[in-house]
Amino acid sequence: MALTPVITEHWDDPELFTIAGYRRHGGYSALAAALKQDPDAIIGTVKDSGLRGRGGAGFPTGLKWSFVPQNDGKPHYLVVNADESEPGACKDIPIMIANPHSLIEGVIITSFAIRANHAFIYIRGEVPEAIRRVANAVREAREAGLIGRDILGSGFDLDVVVHAGAGAYICGEETALLDSLEGLRGQPRLKPPFPAVAGLYASPTVINNVETICNIPYIVGRGVEWFRQFGTEKSPGFKVFAVSGHVNRPGIYEAPLGITMRELLDYAGGMIDDRPVKFWLPGGSSVPMLTAEHLDTPMTYEAMAEAGTMLGTGTPMLFNDTVSVVKAVTRWLEFYKHESCGKCTPCREGTYWITGTLERFQEGHGSDREMEVLTDLCGQIAGRSFCALGDAAATPYPAAMKYFRDEFAAATSTPVDETFDPAASYVFSGAAAR
Amino acid sequence: MAISESTREQLEQLVARYPHPRSALMPMLHLMQSLDDEVTSDGIAVCAEFAGVSAAEATAVASFYTMYKRKPVGKHHIGVCINTLCGLLGGDAVYDALSERLGVGNNEGTTDGEFFLERIECQAACTHAPVMTVDWEFMDDVTPTSAVDIVDRLARGEKVQSTRGPVIRDFQATEHTLAFPEDGLAAEGTPVDDKMLAGLRIAKERGMTAPGTGQEG
Amino acid sequence: MTVTSNSGPGSDVQVATDLITVVIDGVEMQVPKGTLVIRAAEQLGIEIPRFCDHPLLDPVAACRACLIEVEGMPKPQPACAQALTDGMNVKTQYASEVARLAQEGVMEFLLLNHPLDCPVCDKGGECPLQNQAMSVGRPETRFDGEKREFDKPINVSAQVLLDRERCVSCARCTRFAEQIAGDPMIELLERGAKQQVGTADDQPFDSYFSGNTVQICPVGALTSASYRFRSRPFDLVSVPTACEHCASGCSLRTDYRRGVVTRRLAWDDPQVNEEWNCDKGRFAFTYQRNGRVEHPMIRENGELRVASWPEAIDAATRGLAAARGKVGVLVGGRSTVEDAYAYARFARTALASDDIDFRVRQSSDEEAAFLAARVAGTRVSASYDGLEVAPAVLLVSLEPEDESPILFLRLRKAARGGTSVLSVGAVATDSLAKMSGRLLTARPGEEAAVLRSLDDATRSLLSQPGTVILVGERAAGSAGTLSAVAELADATGAALAWVPRRAGERSALDAGALAGLLPGGRPLEDPQAREQVAAAWGTTPADLPAENGRSGDAILRAARDGDLAALVVGGVQLTDYADPTLAEEAIGNAGFVVSLENHHSAVTERADVVLPVAVVTEKAGTFLNWEGRPRPFGQVLRDALTMGDAKVLSMVADAMGVALPGDVRSIRMELGSLGPWAGSRFQTPAVASGAGATGTVLASWRLLLDSGLMQEDEPHLAATARPTVAMASATAVAALGDTVTVTGPAGSVTLPLKVADIADDVVWVPMNSPGCHIHTDLGATPGASVRLTAGGAA
Repeated sequence: MALTPVITEHWDDPELFTIAGYRRHGGYSALAAALKQDPDAIIGTVKDSGLRGRGGAGFPTGLKWSFVPQNDGKPHYLVVNADESEPGACKDIPIMIANPHSLIEGVIITSFAIRANHAFIYIRGEVPEAIRRVANAVREAREAGLIGRDILGSGFDLDVVVHAGAGAYICGEETALLDSLEGLRGQPRLKPPFPAVAGLYASPTVINNVETICNIPYIVGRGVEWFRQFGTEKSPGFKVFAVSGHVNRPGIYEAPLGITMRELLDYAGGMIDDRPVKFWLPGGSSVPMLTAEHLDTPMTYEAMAEAGTMLGTGTPMLFNDTVSVVKAVTRWLEFYKHESCGKCTPCREGTYWITGTLERFQEGHGSDREMEVLTDLCGQIAGRSFCALGDAAATPYPAAMKYFRDEFAAATSTPVDETFDPAASYVFSGAAAR
Repeated sequence: MAISESTREQLEQLVARYPHPRSALMPMLHLMQSLDDEVTSDGIAVCAEFAGVSAAEATAVASFYTMYKRKPVGKHHIGVCINTLCGLLGGDAVYDALSERLGVGNNEGTTDGEFFLERIECQAACTHAPVMTVDWEFMDDVTPTSAVDIVDRLARGEKVQSTRGPVIRDFQATEHTLAFPEDGLAAEGTPVDDKMLAGLRIAKERGMTAPGTGQEG
Repeated sequence: MTVTSNSGPGSDVQVATDLITVVIDGVEMQVPKGTLVIRAAEQLGIEIPRFCDHPLLDPVAACRACLIEVEGMPKPQPACAQALTDGMNVKTQYASEVARLAQEGVMEFLLLNHPLDCPVCDKGGECPLQNQAMSVGRPETRFDGEKREFDKPINVSAQVLLDRERCVSCARCTRFAEQIAGDPMIELLERGAKQQVGTADDQPFDSYFSGNTVQICPVGALTSASYRFRSRPFDLVSVPTACEHCASGCSLRTDYRRGVVTRRLAWDDPQVNEEWNCDKGRFAFTYQRNGRVEHPMIRENGELRVASWPEAIDAATRGLAAARGKVGVLVGGRSTVEDAYAYARFARTALASDDIDFRVRQSSDEEAAFLAARVAGTRVSASYDGLEVAPAVLLVSLEPEDESPILFLRLRKAARGGTSVLSVGAVATDSLAKMSGRLLTARPGEEAAVLRSLDDATRSLLSQPGTVILVGERAAGSAGTLSAVAELADATGAALAWVPRRAGERSALDAGALAGLLPGGRPLEDPQAREQVAAAWGTTPADLPAENGRSGDAILRAARDGDLAALVVGGVQLTDYADPTLAEEAIGNAGFVVSLENHHSAVTERADVVLPVAVVTEKAGTFLNWEGRPRPFGQVLRDALTMGDAKVLSMVADAMGVALPGDVRSIRMELGSLGPWAGSRFQTPAVASGAGATGTVLASWRLLLDSGLMQEDEPHLAATARPTVAMASATAVAALGDTVTVTGPAGSVTLPLKVADIADDVVWVPMNSPGCHIHTDLGATPGASVRLTAGGAA
């Protein structure tokens, strides 16, 4: 399947991040057209396009927008989830750095559609480069009359605020993000009420991922039919894939949904030193790992589900045979333990327990009994935690056990660093490694 | 805590940015870190006052987010991603090398106040693994040698350019950017690099375009 | 289907609720729509484990201990947050393997990092975690890693200690502080496994309500300095009691061991204190043990000496009989209905005197008339529950958080539910902000004028049905205020309640311990009232005093001037009078003083006969709270040898040849036989509005935690009191600096000065706090003109 640069089409123009550069490539033309439409028609278009959220869950975007009650007398808010923190996910930050105005154009159109006069872009704090580029784009758009009062004579007013986070993976969970944006600890909220009804400041709120919003100008500007020629019935459109790991050319590859990992891997130059793919994850550490046998599975929401995993953020990580799966899983669990917000018992205590146990496996001090206990513990978290972070934390171990049980068994007696030389996995060698 | 007129103005600007003052709490805490190289109890009290919350509520927020430091960071914050992908692809070795070079462990600062080392989680730059950050600016594709060299050059006061961003300033300057992101540095450096263009270049080489695109440029 | 209920006496509000049919563990039941699974299950007697759940706090569903299965839902749901919908089929741990395993799993996680220190933990034996671990936990742990450790314990305040390793992050304490008390001074800090309860640096959890967090903590994480390591719950005897401190009227549980009270808890009384109380009610009870008058004493050759009871009774009888007809009776504001009734009857019969008053504080004739006309003997008209449905509540000369803290909690709850709170006072306090209240600024002394010139919008707000006006005891100090309050209530139709500070004031008022008033609000001069009372007392109307007697202040003046020959004084602190010098002179000049006291005091020092009496734990009795609601309590310490005031008075009366019941049961029967009074009432006073003093005037009230005698010997509690500071406007503070000297007729105090939302010509100081006792230090009362000078330069 061929690559289809849409969102990334003009990234090689170093001026693209400026409003002049963006406009040179047709930027903001969709906005001008959109402001002449009925907002409900835009919601209808996005619904018809079948666009699904690109943040990981894949919820239909147009449907989400349609949940916002209209004429309710309350302010509406659009919040862009730019808290990209999922291990392996690295596509929203590049979009914001390379093409911030596509995000801004999407924000303005979306706000117009859902009747929000206030939009927030919540960007994780650890990436000042993305934050300053988006803030710069907001400033330029404001100066060009695209943000502010009576945009392009439409009578539509919009203020856009760029908000920097401060280090908390959980804020990628949409209700935790709202609490964080309200100046609280980023802990997820009890639902219902759902954000579409009572979100930011208890008002109707739409929360969308960066890449999702970047799709909007293209869908509104070029139409449903155009959009649906990419991808599949259930997974229409194109996707900014970020391929990382033991590949020769890690990077951004934009292609229709439905492309296979093998095709993406081929574009990415194949595996380093032609070593075999040991395991790979289609979209972040929160989705179950797959192996080389799944390389031909189409990268769609439905096919990935059938393979027992999820498309997630669509940012595949590939690991070769030098990597200890025990070590990889332990490291992910250390991450979830570090990022658990502490609100609910299963996630807070479960990640503490599992991580401690896995760390002993890593040292070669695991036991058969504990392998079973770990399975139990993951079962005691999955589906019982407050939010999806717990479910995510309960994912890597069972998935790894499905394919690599022997490695955990080996870790009951041998430290993983003895079985797998860590240096063999490094992407540098010799002098660089000192 | 006595705050300067300029700080008061900035705090008021932050409050005015949001429909509710409490939303300004996080940027205000970033601002405090741009004044001191940490969030002090006094700083928290100031933020609480402007945000209209109790000092305990502000402390709860300050202690929840890992970027807020309750001890002095010093001049430069050095982050090394040790999450699975970066760590296993070499980040572990990079961290070890830096720890040895600086003589400090995780979340510790050097006694001269120049560097603070932290094992950080995924930085959303996995395509550029192993990733290091200096004052949260990207230093992509590092090796133990290049990472130590970066620190050496910073220590000597030499100019160090972020791989995808501006010339490194210092921790407090970045924290000011996080409070007030329009820092005038958006055009600095070459933030869109080869890896971000990898797919586009192949597409161009091979004449691949998405149907219906390419007509405007 | 609907169900209707009357929401209180006199109310014609009908509450309609939709009922739905649900099934829990196979049992079909009907519940109001929206009922939470956990509450509905309780009705069936099914106990679902829970930690974060608390019926008075918003659900958080954080602990996950209560997971249950709901048919049609893929994952187990938290029973504490799952609202029932029509037809919902719920299976708890008793009917669902999914629910049972989910609960077991959560319990295992909760115990993971919890220390096994139950044998030394205060909560051991009454611990929800311990109990539920026994019922739904695994018999053995599978965890063999290292448990989380913290330095222990830390003080979140001088009174409340925290053992962090025991905490299960249920957030009950932090939610209580934020939602109920409005004091978000404790919070969850850090995150993940490091999450812990804590405070801001150097800003302790000095909330008046902090003790409630200890009580609702479902583990032993929060303990009180006063009870920590004192006893095991299973060694305690628990008795339901009523709080003796203020007129809120909290139900309490008093626990004692071997004749010593070890702790007090808030008891569940949905109509009054719900499940809360204040720290004074919880922790201030050591006074019951220390400083007691242990034996009767008589004065002989100018010196007090210990005497036998017969000796002392004989001495009292002789002295009082000689002065009969010229004896004043001063009853403190802390008596029970039964004791106050004994004083009232003793005065009118044995002493043939109507010179009686319970108001040991600033008072006025206007107030006496107001109380007689509008309060005494009236039934509950404004209630706690009524506040919650009131469209508006007007506070007059009342600072509820300090003067009636549980009333404050209910007002805050009402405000959160939409009730508008307005306050006529001098200071826009933080406390008023917690009730989202609006200040109608009144310079002290000018409250009546403000009440009589409310704008139309305010008057129409107050004219909505269900509105309540609450007036505090300090209104007595401002001429015309009580008259104006009554006028406003009549004009708007608002319910009116008087909120005194002390637990016994309303009791004494209704018992007849006020000149001119017989029990139940009966006017002394009303023939029918005299008839009824005389019959109950076994005497004739002609033998009752013929004319209304003296008020408290008049009694003091008469005693000083020799117009009264003797005083009977029960539970009075002289410095509580607006004019302590007058009070001291009155005691000193009175020919004969009988003091009924449980503690040594300025009165016992000067008395001719001292008769020791019981404290609340040593007797039964009843308080009437501000609503007029009886708060009966039984005797806690069964083997106490002390006698209540009524019993002691009955012994004296007996020796004087006058019948007087001395036991609580007989008095209650007698009061019951008297019944309510439906006859004539005093005229509501119509006093003109006070003009207010010139210059800077004093605003003041008693802080909840202050120099009050009943708070003695509780250093941990005292350490949580608000600091003694003066408050003035920003303009005044700019002129005066951060220290002020306030000077009144009797002297001055120098205090730190803080900025407050207060008029430029008003200064606030606490009435009776360490370093500032306005009656004695300044010789001033609220509304008095005072002089302010910068710093310590008087």
